[in-house]
Amino acid sequence: MSENSTTEEIIICQDVCKWFGDFQALKDCSLRVMAQEVVVIIGPSGSGKSTFIRCINRLEEHQAGDIIVDGIPLTRDVRNIEQIRSEAGMVFQQFNLFPHLTVMENITLAPIQVRKMKKEEAQETAMGLLNRVGIPEQADKYPGQLSGGQQQRVAIARSLAMSPKIMLFDEPTSALDPEMIKEVLDVMQELAETGMTMLVVTHEMGFAREVADRIVFMDGGEIMEVGTPEHFFTNAQHERTKLFLSQIL
Amino acid sequence: MQEIHASQVRPPFYRDERVLGIFSQLLVVVIVVGLGLFFYSNMITGLREKHNVAISFSFLSQAAGFDIGESLIEYSRERTYLRAFVVGLLNTFQVAFLGIIFATALGIVIGVMRLSTNFLVSRIASIYIDIFRNIPLLVLLIFWAQAVFLKLPRVAEAIILPGPIFLSNRGVAIPWGIPTDSWGAFLLVLAAGVLLGAVISYFLREQGKRTGRMPLITLWFLVTVAAVGLVGWIVLPQPMTLDQPFLEGFNTQGGKILSQQFMALLSGLIIYTAAFIAEVVRAGIQSVSKGQREAATSLGLNPAQTLRLIIFPQALRVIIPPLTSQYLNLTKNSSLAIAIGYPDLFAVAGNTILNQTGREIEMFTMIMGTYLSLSLLTSFLMNIYNRRIRLVER
Amino acid sequence: MTTAAGTPSDRSVLPVTERYTVLGWLRRNLFSDLFNSLLTIVAIGFVIFIARLLLRWAFVNAEWGVIPANFNLIMRGQYPSAEAWRLWLIIHLLGAVVGMMWRLISGQFSGAARVLVAIPFVLMLIPFFAMETRLNLLITAAASGVGYLFAGSLYIQRRGRATAYLLLVYLVVMLILLRGAGADEGLMPPVQPILWGGLLLSLLLAFFGITLSFPLGVLLALGRQSKLPAIRVISVVYIEFIRGVPLISLLFMGQVMLQLFLPDGFPLVDRVLRALVAITLFSAAYTAENVRGGLQSISRGQYEAAQALGLSTFQSTIHIILPQALRAVIPVLVGQFISLFKDTTLVALVGIFDLLGIARTIIANPDWLGTQPEVFAFIAVLFWIFSYSMSYASRRIEQRLGVGER
Repeated sequence: MSENSTTEEIIICQDVCKWFGDFQALKDCSLRVMAQEVVVIIGPSGSGKSTFIRCINRLEEHQAGDIIVDGIPLTRDVRNIEQIRSEAGMVFQQFNLFPHLTVMENITLAPIQVRKMKKEEAQETAMGLLNRVGIPEQADKYPGQLSGGQQQRVAIARSLAMSPKIMLFDEPTSALDPEMIKEVLDVMQELAETGMTMLVVTHEMGFAREVADRIVFMDGGEIMEVGTPEHFFTNAQHERTKLFLSQIL
Repeated sequence: MQEIHASQVRPPFYRDERVLGIFSQLLVVVIVVGLGLFFYSNMITGLREKHNVAISFSFLSQAAGFDIGESLIEYSRERTYLRAFVVGLLNTFQVAFLGIIFATALGIVIGVMRLSTNFLVSRIASIYIDIFRNIPLLVLLIFWAQAVFLKLPRVAEAIILPGPIFLSNRGVAIPWGIPTDSWGAFLLVLAAGVLLGAVISYFLREQGKRTGRMPLITLWFLVTVAAVGLVGWIVLPQPMTLDQPFLEGFNTQGGKILSQQFMALLSGLIIYTAAFIAEVVRAGIQSVSKGQREAATSLGLNPAQTLRLIIFPQALRVIIPPLTSQYLNLTKNSSLAIAIGYPDLFAVAGNTILNQTGREIEMFTMIMGTYLSLSLLTSFLMNIYNRRIRLVER
Repeated sequence: MTTAAGTPSDRSVLPVTERYTVLGWLRRNLFSDLFNSLLTIVAIGFVIFIARLLLRWAFVNAEWGVIPANFNLIMRGQYPSAEAWRLWLIIHLLGAVVGMMWRLISGQFSGAARVLVAIPFVLMLIPFFAMETRLNLLITAAASGVGYLFAGSLYIQRRGRATAYLLLVYLVVMLILLRGAGADEGLMPPVQPILWGGLLLSLLLAFFGITLSFPLGVLLALGRQSKLPAIRVISVVYIEFIRGVPLISLLFMGQVMLQLFLPDGFPLVDRVLRALVAITLFSAAYTAENVRGGLQSISRGQYEAAQALGLSTFQSTIHIILPQALRAVIPVLVGQFISLFKDTTLVALVGIFDLLGIARTIIANPDWLGTQPEVFAFIAVLFWIFSYSMSYASRRIEQRLGVGER
């Protein structure tokens, strides 16, 4: 189904709606992401950005509309959910590393358990990934012994270990001290350059401007505006987009 | 653009998340209900084949035909089984109520001693806690009954403590008040005192809210009640006379005689539970961080104010829930009375009545139902309390 | 833990002369002001009073002869003397297993190991022990040493797994030795559980009560946290029911009614087994509540991260959730196991001769009339030693693991 052509739509969201009780968190959100594309989602807090990308790997269940990831429709079918989760890696704001496992065990757990990979093979892959995110020497430490930036890089490596086609980033730098943000963004930028499809919720406008192919602005549960970075930072159409950008820049 | 209707695609039922969820619940329910039915049908056939009886509570109105050593209400062997059950229940309440009061008092003392800066005092408290938390309650109870109260001298050589209190192997005789004709009037006066106290506390609270300086409302309340009570006691012609026990031949006369079983059970429960309560109190006080203390001091509160306004309210929040569960434990533990011959609920119902009537199902239903309602009632009240005092946190 | 007395911070402000001297210590901790001094004097009086009472009783009035005379009974109940070698073998094997485990887990001969090794030698000093008993204790000590050295000579990669297998094998061997097998005239004639008694039975009940109730309790805790309502309701009803009634009522019910619930001829006839069932069902509800505390302490992010990686609910429970939840509640669980050990005494009330049951038969024996204080004091001390060492060990482990620290 999926070839690595840049024209293929790897994520299709059509009229996605989500309610928390009476509160509608997502209103008819539609977005199509091409393979190898980097899409950055921005917007004020509470605008539904996180909810949106959490729907894509079913951490939240959407109640109306369609989500199709790499040709697999996201329904109540448990097999489809499993497949989509193994195609889409996710990086969280709070890292969510497993504190009782070493860095190495954090990375190899899912490949061994889910992909039924051999332990040695999984460790080899893990070492490769740790090299890639620049902290091979931390393999035997526990997450609690690492700095925030290092933890987030481990979390990225952990997701990559499942060799996903898509990476979802949910405010990956928001819980970090300023001096550590860059090391994580560098890893993400390098990842984007290798052609990974990425969907990134962030407040880092520098990153958005430099790395994003397209930027999505969300407010009040709706997708207000979609466009290239140049379009966004030079002539945004929507009033609320302009207001948001003026506040944040 | 391709047409998409992903949500209209229905997965096969064996892969449908929702179906799987319902199915696994059904599976568990079927297993549990099936097991229950299996036990129940075994029980019914067993009862029919072996004993030829059906479940019925009608035996409760038959004459019990056995005596009970001590009772708070009038009881004799001619009364019904139901009456006997109630006698046991009241005895359980009595032990639990007194046990809770004394265990709390002792527990608080030991818990505070444990935190004392005096090395010796805190050592004594921690030794007490370490000893009694690590000995089985049943061993303690039987020890207390058989190695202490049973070993007390005969009545003629009773140990006399000031009071006078007579300690002998027949039990403990203590002075006891006997209400006179004016007792009812005195109770009325006391009730008036409580009312007055309540009114005064209400105004004090309002004033406190207005000025922002909370007076010691509880203290004022108690002082009012005591003052009114004292006046009533003096004005009325002796609402109560003191009946003191005295030796006469081989027995004590007068006063109130607490049986040695009762005393053994009560003191065992108190000593044991106090060790646990002490730990609860200590943990509660220590849970209030040093920062809170320092903040209070730097605001200029004196130590007494710090204790009353800052430490105590916060410590109480931590203390109350585990304290309640200790109270429940004490109540449930009082069922060990059966080991030392005190006729509490379990000893009367689970032992005597059950042995006489052979009504296992009915008696266990009643016993467990009673204990269960007590526990559920307590945790219900606890939940309300917890909701009320919950700190508003994000 | 902070102790109230002598924190380092107030030490540093004192004049040098008062810091380390005995007098300085006394002044600071006992006689800092008038009130404190009064308190100290009262406390000293209290201690002297109690100590005199206890010492006079223990060394003058008490007749300790009852203990040595009934020592075997207290230790193993009615377990036949001719088969006592089986119990010794179990103890020797335990020594060996502990030695091996120590080498596998800790790997070094540290302070606690020395205490463990000292135990048999200290016991050998007990004056009324027969030569044979002392010899057996010596063998146990030797067995633990052999186990330690043997485990050291092995090359084992997965130590945790090796330890688990070792324990499992030991359990099976222990049960076979205890229960016996084959003909009545054979090498190991069967010994019915009702004959097991004394300390032996108390320890067995506690051990099996713990091991059997633990998995059940974990399942119930997971059930109570489940998002499927039916499973949650069933777990809650079970837990709240059991926690609402006294253990004694369950034990009586087990003796009287278990038979009624089961079809005719179901092999659960043994008193001890029926008591064990009641204890297990009882303890599981409490384990469930304690484990639930641990489950609640785990952030939602952990579940989400596991989900996002594609782990199934079962996999994330086994690999992510339970290891963290259980580690967080180790101290509470140890406390619960101690109270379970203490609660096993209740079986004495349903005609089983555990430590307390045996004590009651001894004092009912006309030869030993009036020895209640001695007998009960002795078994109280036995219980105390076991419970206290458990809680002490747990506190030490807690400190080393840093559990419960923020």
